[in-house]
Amino acid sequence: MGGLSNDIWQPVRLTVELAAITTLILLIVGTPIAWWLARSKAWWKEGVAAVVALPLVLPPTVLGFYLLVLLGPDGPGGALANLWGGRTLAFSFEGLVIGSVIYSMPFVVQPIRNAFAAIGDRPLEVAATLRASPTRAFWTVAIPLARPGFLAGAVLGFAHTVGEFGIVLMIGGNIPGKTKVLSVAIFDYVETSQWREANILAGGMAAFAFVVILTMMLLEKRTARIGA
Amino acid sequence: MRAISPRSIRGEFRGQLGGFALDASFSVPATGITGLFGPSGCGKSTVLRCLAGLQRLPGSFCEVDGEVWQDTQLFRRPFERPIGYVFQEASLFPHFSVRANLEYGAPRGSRSAPGAIAFDEVMELLGLERLLARSPQNLSGGERQRVAIGRALLSQPKLLLMDEPLSALDRLTKDEILPFLERLHDRLALPVIYVSHDMTEIERLADHLILMQAGRVLAAGPLHDLQSDPALPLAVARDAAVNFDATVESHDPTYGLLTLRIDGGQLLVPAPPLAIGERRRVRIAAGDVSLARQAPQGTSILNALAARIVAKSPIGRSEILVVLGLGPQGEGARLLARVTRRSWDHLQLAEGLDIFAQVKGVALAPERGASSDQGYAAAKTAG
Repeated sequence: MGGLSNDIWQPVRLTVELAAITTLILLIVGTPIAWWLARSKAWWKEGVAAVVALPLVLPPTVLGFYLLVLLGPDGPGGALANLWGGRTLAFSFEGLVIGSVIYSMPFVVQPIRNAFAAIGDRPLEVAATLRASPTRAFWTVAIPLARPGFLAGAVLGFAHTVGEFGIVLMIGGNIPGKTKVLSVAIFDYVETSQWREANILAGGMAAFAFVVILTMMLLEKRTARIGA
Repeated sequence: MRAISPRSIRGEFRGQLGGFALDASFSVPATGITGLFGPSGCGKSTVLRCLAGLQRLPGSFCEVDGEVWQDTQLFRRPFERPIGYVFQEASLFPHFSVRANLEYGAPRGSRSAPGAIAFDEVMELLGLERLLARSPQNLSGGERQRVAIGRALLSQPKLLLMDEPLSALDRLTKDEILPFLERLHDRLALPVIYVSHDMTEIERLADHLILMQAGRVLAAGPLHDLQSDPALPLAVARDAAVNFDATVESHDPTYGLLTLRIDGGQLLVPAPPLAIGERRRVRIAAGDVSLARQAPQGTSILNALAARIVAKSPIGRSEILVVLGLGPQGEGARLLARVTRRSWDHLQLAEGLDIFAQVKGVALAPERGASSDQGYAAAKTAG
């Protein structure tokens, strides 16, 4: 491995860290949103659902542009950064996390919402008639029954964060060890004609993508069997 | 302000549900099994959901055994009501074992609470012991429903609500579960509201009845009273019958006949011997009763009971439903007879007349807890 620069692993580590943190935040933030979307009877909930789903159709550069404005020194992100003496959240790891959470939100919220909706009212009614408070019913019935949705959401959210490129470039730039993630690194290697390094990273991503898809399909099969 | 009435279940549920108007008011004793009966879509399940708090109709009122669960200011949510609820589908938690399902609603550390329904008793009553380690996916439909009933009982309810618990099951499975329900009735002092559109289930289980039609309560009261009220649809139905409790008086081993005492008379029924004093439910169909002006002689019919005609109601053009009061003054239990209008005129029958009711068939409920494929029909006689 002598010919390879040591910092080929730096973007990999950074990417895994970013994806893990993003997925964790999304599971915490996305679950109540998914629950509300699945259970609420508010007429405007589909509006909220559309906003959550927006990153699916929006070009990453558009999303990245607005995030840049928001996270920059003149936006709320800048004000937030001021709290700990920074000037801006753009071009920082924290900024990347915020961007990734927004970008990957639909991939986590949608499967969890579908899983909650698939449970239906009955198990929760049963729990209520067995003296379970709504909180207890949520933790002991809704969450376990929606487990396939949580698994799918986590895998998809993680994978999408790993593969993100456009937004990272817009709001993170290319700072080694801070914002230079895998996809940007591959682009960089290609730009500088380091094909071997580009190949290793790209090949690794392809293998990773395959494992993700395979996991998803196996999960789906398992879920279908349980449902039968 | 309403007066609190202990030992009763009172509901006044009204409201618009989609295109359906519900306006159901009733008061029944908080003892025994109360059947909630009516055609499909008449609102019986909605009434049950209102009692459980699963459905909230503003402006309604609900009081159970002296505790108000809903009025204009108050609404207890389902988990705040001491109920057990058995749904049409067993609805077991698929991610729990049978044991975990059973224990889900059981209050912690109350196993020895006085009057509590014991785990072992429920296991024995419903035959659940050998299912405990299984997963709900590996149970038959009947087993699942038994677990669901056990789960509801172990939550230590003060009122058990059952929403057509047998209607999703096939005939054989139904007959497997009915004896369990009858045992429940005999052994536990737990009031039950039992929704059904199947009169045979009601006749076997219910002590009281709430009769519903198109979102309204037609009548509520003891089963026997409603069955014999000629103004209600039950008495004039094709399969009209009355049920009453009978006490075993004696057994004649020579002919294999039981003598049963009912209110206002005696019945002879061919049946295996039973303990003196044992109580059984009997059913007599209106079509199995004929009338005679004099005490019948030279007949193979075993049972001819002195009775008085207390009411009548025409059925179509050619038949008449006759309500009889057993006993010389007609003060005993009510019996239904269906006769032709021609016979009515020929015999010069009239209300207030003393006559004899010849009973061609008496159906004796099967032994409580014993499984029987035919249910009532098993003991149906032709004598």
